[in-house]
Amino acid sequence: MSILSLRSVTKSFAGNAILKGVSLEAKEGEFIALVGPSGCGKSTLLRIVAGLDHADSGEIAIGGRNVSAVAAADRNIAMVFQSYALYPHLTAGQNIAVPLAMRRLTAAQRLPVIGSLIPGQRQIRADIQRQVKDMASSLKIDHLLDRKPGQMSGGQRQRVALARAMVRHPSVFLMDEPLSNLDANLRVHARGEIVELHRRAGVPTLYVTHDQSEALSMADRVAVMIGGTLLQLASPEAIYDNPAHIEVARFLGQPRINVLKTRMNASGIVRFGTLTLAAERVPAGETPVLIAVRPEFIRLSARPDGILKARVERTEFLGSEVIVHARLDAMGEIVAKVAPAEAATLAPGRPVSVEIEPNRVMLFATTGERLQAKTIAAASTLEKIHG
Amino acid sequence: MASVTMDMAIAPADRREALVAWLLAAPAIVLLFLFILLPTLAVIILGFTDFELGYSGFRFVGLENYAELIGDRTFRRSLWNTAIYTAIVTPASLILALAIALLIEAEKRAKAFFRTVYFLPVASLLVAMATVWQFLFHPSIGPINTFLAHFGIAGPNWLGASGTVLYGLSIIGIWQSVGFNMVLFLAGLTAIPRELYAAAEVDGAKSWFDRFRLVTWPMLGPTTLFVTTISIINSVKVFETVKTLTEGGPNKASEVLLFTIYQEGFVYLRVGYASAMTVVFLAILVVLMFLQYRVLDRKVHYA
Amino acid sequence: MTAHALTLGRVLRFTVLSIGALIFLAPYIFMISTAGKAQSEIFSSSLSLIPEQWSYLENFGKALSRVSMTTLLMNGVIVCALIFVVQVVVAIPCAYAMAKLKFRAARLMMVLVMLGLLVPIHATALPLYVAFDRLAVLNSYTALVAPFSISVFAIFLFLQFFRAIPDDLIHAARLDGMSEVGIVARVIVPNAWPAITAFAIFSVVAHWNDLFWPLVVVTNQDFATPPLGLLYFRAAEAGDDYGALMAATLIITLPLVAVFLLAQKRFVEGITMTGLKG
Repeated sequence: MSILSLRSVTKSFAGNAILKGVSLEAKEGEFIALVGPSGCGKSTLLRIVAGLDHADSGEIAIGGRNVSAVAAADRNIAMVFQSYALYPHLTAGQNIAVPLAMRRLTAAQRLPVIGSLIPGQRQIRADIQRQVKDMASSLKIDHLLDRKPGQMSGGQRQRVALARAMVRHPSVFLMDEPLSNLDANLRVHARGEIVELHRRAGVPTLYVTHDQSEALSMADRVAVMIGGTLLQLASPEAIYDNPAHIEVARFLGQPRINVLKTRMNASGIVRFGTLTLAAERVPAGETPVLIAVRPEFIRLSARPDGILKARVERTEFLGSEVIVHARLDAMGEIVAKVAPAEAATLAPGRPVSVEIEPNRVMLFATTGERLQAKTIAAASTLEKIHG
Repeated sequence: MASVTMDMAIAPADRREALVAWLLAAPAIVLLFLFILLPTLAVIILGFTDFELGYSGFRFVGLENYAELIGDRTFRRSLWNTAIYTAIVTPASLILALAIALLIEAEKRAKAFFRTVYFLPVASLLVAMATVWQFLFHPSIGPINTFLAHFGIAGPNWLGASGTVLYGLSIIGIWQSVGFNMVLFLAGLTAIPRELYAAAEVDGAKSWFDRFRLVTWPMLGPTTLFVTTISIINSVKVFETVKTLTEGGPNKASEVLLFTIYQEGFVYLRVGYASAMTVVFLAILVVLMFLQYRVLDRKVHYA
Repeated sequence: MTAHALTLGRVLRFTVLSIGALIFLAPYIFMISTAGKAQSEIFSSSLSLIPEQWSYLENFGKALSRVSMTTLLMNGVIVCALIFVVQVVVAIPCAYAMAKLKFRAARLMMVLVMLGLLVPIHATALPLYVAFDRLAVLNSYTALVAPFSISVFAIFLFLQFFRAIPDDLIHAARLDGMSEVGIVARVIVPNAWPAITAFAIFSVVAHWNDLFWPLVVVTNQDFATPPLGLLYFRAAEAGDDYGALMAATLIITLPLVAVFLLAQKRFVEGITMTGLKG
């Protein structure tokens, strides 16, 4: 059922491992966003899928066929590049026609002058023209067909690049940060458009981006890649609420997730502030662990008598919400996202009490893996727990 | 297992790309060997032989040719003349070109016109224009001496006297090369960001000369180095005007390096001896290029 | 800077530039003027620029009859065109391979190109002459063109230019199904016109003006290029018939100067771009 499958793909450049064994399966019609910080290897992976680069080891299959040794042109893949890579000397219409002409006309038929004398080509050319027109009107770029890339805006070029990629009905669609050269307004608009195009065409899509909001808002599933390893592949909700690795948790979410160091005792119990968590698996002895809470699940109150005490350092007003940076005694900084109404009482310098939503706390090993844990007790703020 | 199949599958892709690259580069590589590397090597080897065109055999004579060069008065004269010519043409052409470029850059209206005029000699056939200069320099009917006579100055026999012939040739050399250098300087000047001049003015560089010293000259550093090297190399390669106008005369007063090589090699057909001269000529070019790289490495790091 | 209309500085600048321009144009002015003067008037050594009696027809007639100007100009055009076409056809694929393909010899090639840049025709002329003599190809277009079939400078220039073409464009072409030769012909060349015209100007100016190599390999007037032909003309014109000589120089200088005046902007751009080499 999987239309695109990667099996333990590795790649290194000059001794640096860029991809450390990446495996991934895309289902029919699925939109997968490959997201990660720059330099994580996501673009390299995309280029290997396209056949523009070759893996050191591993296997790439499209529609069940191993294409590792197949040339880029013969994989029936379409790609939209970050720079759009439109041929500057051709008009938009000619650009869109290139992949069709390359496939349907013979080398002799493509020759200037002589080519036009070879029988049969006129019919094919007319057919190509029709397809280009259809594609253009479905993307609403009819009026641009006679313009060259230099005479178009960024958004227009991006549409032409999309048209060129879609016109040949590829079996897999690859996109390499296609929106990063657009301005912010256009970008949000184009997101919706690409999702809509994908829904209509139903071609499985691998979409590389470093922008987490793009990944979360567009994709059916999000693949988070960090340091050449695919850390998690799951739905946007799952990946945000239930990250499998501390790096995934850190990478997604704005502002970044709060991570605090604490200890787990030999029976797998972690006590932090008002909370008590029990790990599913009991460790060999007392071990250091990491506790992570997203800023929206932290509440700050002006009462000075909580168990977790902090002092407000600065606030950032963002309109619909306010980001509050506070310093926990001896444990470092904590960031909370609060409603503007609440923030009125949280002026810098004020001592505050910190409350954590009990079921939103996550536990990670210091190596980064997720430790499944349940909150077994959440005392109210005023009640003191000794331990 | 997977990695084994991959190696089998992937290596051909890379090997194919390398093969295509070799095929695309092959004509260039073959011709490069045939017309540059091989002849250069041959010249170095011939420099150690007594090969003469027209005689069948030749033998290796070691450093004999070079020993002869040291004592060869014509060759020494020709080296000296080339040095003098270069010492006149390079600085004069450079300073004139820079001055004209600065003036044109500041001028708003007739910029294109002046650029065209000063560049015209570069696009003109040098052998033809040398002939015109010969007429201008003519001792009795030439316009230059006629003009001087109006002021009661008896003009020299420019190209006909051993004392002035190098100056005459130098004037033609300067006239011919200024436009080329000027265009390079103009490109260098346009590349200087306008903000730097504004900043210099704000910082108190009031006069034109202050701004020139603070901004223009240092920013032009790489261009100047470039233009200097090209000018020197082109001056060392002077041949056309000498061959057309003076044939090295009078009295070898205008013998220059390439002309001497031409005479020895292609007129007297002493290929071995002329090859030794060519090696000296090549050595001069190598030293000049090497000096340029050294200076470029050390000093002019602005761009 | 001085923005005001007529300051002393501006007047001075304009005057200096104008006087300089007049000096630079003087040879052309005298060439045109003398080409129209009769022998007797030239020897009266007057500075007047307008001929007393117009002898243009007579002088041009002499210039055209002594040496076949059309042959000279045709030879010039044929030789320059052949050299340029071969240089480009050889250099572009090589530069593409070096710039954009995984090519193990690229580094070695770069060293060879840099070495080649150092070696002018004057240095390789002797062995090439000996070889051409043995092969009995002296006095032919082959002899005039062959040594310049490889231009390391062209490789160097195109290499710089191709490196600036985005890799994505070539990747897109590969995904679109083009072969490497197809990419060179359909993507690289159409986008390399600025570099190609710049190189054309460099190459044509250099070879149209070159006297050294034609002088070495050509002794037959039928294959003489313009500079060599003018040399023959001068030799035939032993006397001081400056009128005819100036007419001949005018005819021979005119084509390239005309091209320059028509395409000045390209010329200046071309020289600026290729200025790296003299």
